[in-house]
Amino acid sequence: MGVAVNENPLIPLFGYFALLSLFAVGGANAAIPEMHRIAVDVMHWMNDRQFADSFAIAQISPGPNIIIVTLIGYHVAGLAGAAVATVAMCGPTCVFAFLVARTWDHFKEARWRIAIQAGLVPVSLGLIGASAFVLARSADHNIYAALITAATAIVAFATRVNPLWLFAIGAVFGLSGWL
Amino acid sequence: MSDSVAPPRSVVARPSLLELFRAFAIVSVSGFGGALPWARRMIVDQRGWMTAEEFNEAFALSQFLPGPNVVNFSVVFGSRFGGAAGAAVALAGLMGPPLIIVTILAFLYAQFGELEMLSRILAGITAAAVGLLIAVVAKMAAPLFRKRWDWAPLIAIAAFVGVAIMQWPLPLVFAVLAPISIALAWVWR
Repeated sequence: MGVAVNENPLIPLFGYFALLSLFAVGGANAAIPEMHRIAVDVMHWMNDRQFADSFAIAQISPGPNIIIVTLIGYHVAGLAGAAVATVAMCGPTCVFAFLVARTWDHFKEARWRIAIQAGLVPVSLGLIGASAFVLARSADHNIYAALITAATAIVAFATRVNPLWLFAIGAVFGLSGWL
Repeated sequence: MSDSVAPPRSVVARPSLLELFRAFAIVSVSGFGGALPWARRMIVDQRGWMTAEEFNEAFALSQFLPGPNVVNFSVVFGSRFGGAAGAAVALAGLMGPPLIIVTILAFLYAQFGELEMLSRILAGITAAAVGLLIAVVAKMAAPLFRKRWDWAPLIAIAAFVGVAIMQWPLPLVFAVLAPISIALAWVWR
């Protein structure tokens, strides 16, 4: 994608997120490292903490977690940035989903369809694992934060507690000033 | 796009466009930490728009398409019941309310993001949210790694190393690994 260095940040915002959306098998969680790489390391739109904050806000907001792109877009260019980033991230994949949905059912038993489905599962798993790694590195600055992450992981894995309670506990610990 | 979409076999009720919008709007504002359980409850248990099997198939398709799963699902589901208009309406219902909420939050963050108290709270939530993500990974990985020997864990590890450790661009990692993985799935199945 030819993204020219331009005064207008909306153009790279659109270009990067539209491109990214097409490779985000596994959804928002799989695309986090690439978003971080672009927003923090390549384009310097935000710093590490602002990125981690955006992730947290997206997590506590209702709706799809992909809404983090709306926050990044807003940070870069206000309301226009929010709209452009959201459309770029959802538009191409929605059109693709619409086209595939119309033909997919005809190929239910086809071997290539089964292979594609089975083949993409481990790729998306690895990408989501990478997201957890990248986020942990920018969120867990000290031993207490790392302990909260570990405790939440264990509780969420072993029980069916509503995640909002875990976020609330994290917020309380955060407020206490240990992190 | 034409609107000649064949209705699914066992339709109990056929939602109107307004009902589609309302249903996905409700799902989106209920869906903290993932809208999937709420979507299933609404569509299968409450409205009877799909059977459990139909839901699983439609969701499996949404899952491996690129982009957010629930967003894809709204398009797949909406198009099945109302063609292009149905897809657009379901998508608008899913994205509309959260977009308004998150835009307000973005505004508040821009105003108060430098406050010490807010940044502490967000740091705590982020630490917990990362833990939640690790739990999701563990749940997804369990069935994959449980088989005796298989190619799938190797692909997952390669994708992880490529993106997390080597910090290569996602499109590059995907373009290399996805074809290999699909080919292996084709050969081994």
